[in-house]
Amino acid sequence: MSQNINSQRNFNSMRKSLNTLGSSVSAIILALIICGVLLLVTGKDPFAAYGKILETGLTSDKFLEMLKRATPLIFSAIAVAIGFKMNLFNIGVEGQYLFAALIAAEMGTHVSLPRPLHILFILVVAMISGAAWASVAAFLKIVRGINEVISTIMLNYIALSFIQWLFETFFRDNSDGGLNVKTTKIAPSGRMPDLVHDRLNGMFIIALLVAFLYWIVVFRSRFGFQLRASGLNPIAARTAGIPANRMILIALMLSGAVAGLVAMSAVIGDVYGYGPSAIATQFGFAGISVALLGRNHPLGIIGAAMLFGFLDSTSAELQLSGIPSSIVKVIQAIIVLVVVIVNEASSRRYNRRTAERAALALKSLDI
Amino acid sequence: MIPSKNFKLYVSILGALAIISTVRLWTDQDALTSSSTIGTALRLTVPILLAGMAGLWAERCGVLNIGIEGMMIFGTWFGAWGAWQFGPWVGLLFAILGGMFGGLVHAVATVRFNIDQVISGVVINLFAFFGVRYLSELVYVGKPGGGISQSPPQKWALPKFNLPILSGGEIAGWKSSDFLGWLESQRWFILGDLGGIGRGLTHSISWATVIAVIVVPVSAWVLWRTRFGLRLRSSGESPVAAESLGVKVNHLRYFGLLISGGLAGLAGGTLSIVASSYYRQGQTAGRGFIGLATMIFGNWRPSGILTGALLFGYAEGIKLVASDSITALFLFIAAIAIVFFVLSIVRRKRSQILVTLVVFILSAVAYRTVSTVPESLTQSLPYVVTLIVLATANQRLRPPAMAGVPFRPGEPH
Repeated sequence: MSQNINSQRNFNSMRKSLNTLGSSVSAIILALIICGVLLLVTGKDPFAAYGKILETGLTSDKFLEMLKRATPLIFSAIAVAIGFKMNLFNIGVEGQYLFAALIAAEMGTHVSLPRPLHILFILVVAMISGAAWASVAAFLKIVRGINEVISTIMLNYIALSFIQWLFETFFRDNSDGGLNVKTTKIAPSGRMPDLVHDRLNGMFIIALLVAFLYWIVVFRSRFGFQLRASGLNPIAARTAGIPANRMILIALMLSGAVAGLVAMSAVIGDVYGYGPSAIATQFGFAGISVALLGRNHPLGIIGAAMLFGFLDSTSAELQLSGIPSSIVKVIQAIIVLVVVIVNEASSRRYNRRTAERAALALKSLDI
Repeated sequence: MIPSKNFKLYVSILGALAIISTVRLWTDQDALTSSSTIGTALRLTVPILLAGMAGLWAERCGVLNIGIEGMMIFGTWFGAWGAWQFGPWVGLLFAILGGMFGGLVHAVATVRFNIDQVISGVVINLFAFFGVRYLSELVYVGKPGGGISQSPPQKWALPKFNLPILSGGEIAGWKSSDFLGWLESQRWFILGDLGGIGRGLTHSISWATVIAVIVVPVSAWVLWRTRFGLRLRSSGESPVAAESLGVKVNHLRYFGLLISGGLAGLAGGTLSIVASSYYRQGQTAGRGFIGLATMIFGNWRPSGILTGALLFGYAEGIKLVASDSITALFLFIAAIAIVFFVLSIVRRKRSQILVTLVVFILSAVAYRTVSTVPESLTQSLPYVVTLIVLATANQRLRPPAMAGVPFRPGEPH
């Protein structure tokens, strides 16, 4: 009997994840159709555009670029997803990772350690700085009850100007003489080795590792259970003795720590330092999209990050063939909006059907 | 006799004027209240004010609007396009329509499909940023002066006017006196400041500014004095109760978000049509979020939003016109703090005594030691102020009770 229930449960959970995958895929197709209409209205041939995306994106050459572009998105999306799992909306990943990038790049120049330790030191500094910046929002929420959505938005802008000030007054290295100013270059011992020369560095492996750890910690540990319980039903969680404030602090700091790694593939893999124009921005917001598309599940996030990386990698060729490359970003935004809407609708339908089936089952019991 | 509320207000305004006038004469920084500073401040206030009002309309009907920034971006782009093609007035109309498009997307996503309001706002920001970039690539690239990140310059500008008699406006071709300008040039205590402030508010004013300022009393009247406004606010305070009385909550939320989007679009339009004569990528520069901050600062009320927008606009204006004068503001803050310090001793409010004393000491020390404030730090002022306001006055803030909570009509509650 118990085996029967177990297999039934397995079957149900499999059906649910198939449902999820199905609704996500159909949402993506729907989004592509909407985008096609948009392209058509603005006088571009959608088939040519999509053909070009597939043609250039599916070459082996672009495969590595896709992985490279997916790396920061995986970190950023996991940072956002940790918050989501506790019903916390960390919009502040943007500020957290840029702050962490500057601090880690600067601290990395002040130590001399053998190679693996030096890299580890920089990564740990980045995670601590990201967590520290995120903890401001956590404290404001715990002590003063300020909604983290508002505080992290404000902290993003505060971080941007704080970083600019720190960089201009203390960390800027003018010895290079070029226009493209950066911090002092990190010594070779602190540079992340490449997996494929000049194409992909080791941060990709670390991203997969972090995704795995995220799965273990959030979905398979006691702490993760408490985290998800606090997100699903805060009152029940508090009644069960889960300390709400401590969970907020830990969740936001964990989120910030992962956010701290977002720019590391550039800082210790490409640029070997921090520079305002050398470190790309907007990953924090892209991470929100990827987390939503991947539905906060590690495999989903990796898949979504690959999809975004794939689309991004084709932009240069699109531009060359006369299709504005920004269409790639427009496609991404529309995909996310449609996916969120479809997921909401399908989860409501799922809940309604479950309720109906439960009602039917109760009726057949003839109580 | 208990002094009336208005009497207190006038006394405190006069007191603030006296203090800033003293600071001006003491430090010799005429720019503190010069007409050029105030004029610039007013121009910078307008987009923040409109963005704040956009936030107000959305939250009063029960929907958070993180997407104001994106709706403003639509406003800047479509406004600049309309102004480039058909002239500034049509441009402003297009700006409003562009913003309303953003508001409509937000409404469909949050009201019709009930998705998380923050998520929808974030996605709208992304969509707007890259969407207009795509449009720029299609429309502006290759035009003289245009490109992927900016539009060709507009040929016409909106007319500006000076108030007759007070600040040198023309009456039927006759150039009248510039009384306030004369008053300003005398540099008298308080009167000179009044002249500068008055002239700044009445000299070379764009008609778009007038429209923006009128939005405040009109919004206040509609939201608090009409049946429509009461119903709209009730769907933000308690949609369930409103629904039970026959109010069509979702219709009102559509209206509220369309108005919100339109105001945000107008805010963007003033940036690309009034404050400059072309669209530029990143023109909004986070002002949508400053507007959101202003709305919180202003306690979800039009008068508070006006105050907040003026404060942030003034801070931005003085930074632009006379960055040397910023240090004088520390003295101003110190003086204000000492006044409140004395008041709190008289009123025996222990918690305030400490806070005001700390503020006084910090700003006095800052005035003595800091010679220039780095530009990069002053940029974050509105955000820091908002966080401080949230952290210190959280109990006194009264947001609409159900803003941000999804609502489905007809479901059991």
